[in-house]
Amino acid sequence: MLRIEGLKKTYKTGDKALSDVSFEVPQGQVVGLIGPSGAGKSTLIRCINRLVEPTSGNVLLNDLNLPALRTAELRRARRRIGMIFQEYALVERLTVMENVLSGRLGYVGFWRSFMRRYPDTDIANAFRLLDRVGLMAHADKRADALSGGQRQRVGIARALAQDPELLLIDEPTASLDPKTSRQIMRLIVEICRERGLPAIINIHDVVLAQQFSDRIIGLQAGRVVFDGPPAGLTEDVLTRIYGEEDWTAMRNGAAEDAEAEAEDKAQAEKMLRAL
Amino acid sequence: MSVASVETPVWVHRTPVKRLMLWAGWLGCVALFVWCWERMTQRTIWAFVWDAPNAAADIGSRAFPPRWSYMERLWAPLWDTINIATLGTLLGIMMAVPLAFLAASNTTPSRLILRPIALFAIVATRSINSLIWALLLVSILGPGILAGILAIALRSIGFIGKLLYEAIEETDIRQVEAISATGASQGQILTYGIVPQVLPSFYGISVFRWDINIRESAILGLVGAGGIGAQLNSSLNMLAWPQVMLIILVILGTVIISEWVSAKVRHAII
Repeated sequence: MLRIEGLKKTYKTGDKALSDVSFEVPQGQVVGLIGPSGAGKSTLIRCINRLVEPTSGNVLLNDLNLPALRTAELRRARRRIGMIFQEYALVERLTVMENVLSGRLGYVGFWRSFMRRYPDTDIANAFRLLDRVGLMAHADKRADALSGGQRQRVGIARALAQDPELLLIDEPTASLDPKTSRQIMRLIVEICRERGLPAIINIHDVVLAQQFSDRIIGLQAGRVVFDGPPAGLTEDVLTRIYGEEDWTAMRNGAAEDAEAEAEDKAQAEKMLRAL
Repeated sequence: MSVASVETPVWVHRTPVKRLMLWAGWLGCVALFVWCWERMTQRTIWAFVWDAPNAAADIGSRAFPPRWSYMERLWAPLWDTINIATLGTLLGIMMAVPLAFLAASNTTPSRLILRPIALFAIVATRSINSLIWALLLVSILGPGILAGILAIALRSIGFIGKLLYEAIEETDIRQVEAISATGASQGQILTYGIVPQVLPSFYGISVFRWDINIRESAILGLVGAGGIGAQLNSSLNMLAWPQVMLIILVILGTVIISEWVSAKVRHAII
């Protein structure tokens, strides 16, 4: 369980990225974090694993207060927090397998990791994860040889290799096409369900957020302005988060997308039956 | 309403003042060139210059044909030259790599103390020519290959160190962030997040420097630091032009081969 209390972040430039953010994420809940660019979504999730140092406030992961930890303790805590990035952030020149195993770096010593001599259990687990994300055949390919969707799957496998208690996911679909985006979101949510993992997904696409999360938190100028179920995202609420815009058009577009997807599926089934 | 009917704002690339300054600048350059030319021609002894084609043809005719039989005395110094270049490059790499990590702003452990020291070491070794390093080292260590190897190594530190630390500073921060987020230690962040990113540039830089060092080590013998340059020096002193010709041909051939090797290697990496 994750509890955030009065989290504040002011950058050196004086920009107030977060002012007094508090909320709780219970076990197994997938939270969609939405808000306009610059609202502090990225800062918020980076303050949790301290890629960005929060100015003040508490972040309690299973009663461990992350901002108070010293370097060595922080490293130990980070091992259990998986992170998935917008542009995948894989080590491009290493193989898929090395990238997945890099999720174990916090658990193995320097020389073992340097010589790539990971424990057998880690390797077996990495293969299981690659199988789970559908990349078994690509284990020995270099990461930069994969497509965007495949790279994000490697990113997911790397985060899961950490055996995390929490997933932080920063714009997982921003560099992907709409179809791949949906597949990736579905995979992430399925995995969170299987493992009862809490996750915070920072996402631009309101429709995707509504479709895949259990709960939506709306951030505006560093403050939580909405916290509730996806169904509660009315036009009023969206205007409060993003400002005035024609929200019905977006909804209609989303409905058309869903229809098209359903049609595709029906078409595919028809062809299957014809075989 | 068309665009033309609206008052179009005037756009000029440079303001009149800037144009004038630019013009004055060019005028100054031309004037300087003319003045320098005047000074240079004043001090030239033109009799020598007019005689230059004859002198060149004379030396050329004495140098041909190259004295091929001298080759048997060249194999050993040629081997020395290649060894000086190769060992010097390796030694230079060994010293340059830690310096580069200390000098790069994103990997340096101490921005205020170690980074300036490393940057100074890089600049200092780079600003002294390997021939001058060799002169110094020959008078310290005595003549021989060791002085040559060290001279090449010292000159290489600055070159490799500078290019490598620039490559380290240009690495993608997101990959480093992702590795830090897994709870990796500093050493692991270095070997997983940064090293894979700079490895291709590292190989490219090293082979390029080795290629340059082959050329530089060929002349180190002029000051007694071993290699084929010693033969060149004594042949020049004895006015043995056919031998000089052969040595120049041998150096040219070696350089072409090393250039070919380094081009192949760099191509294979990228």
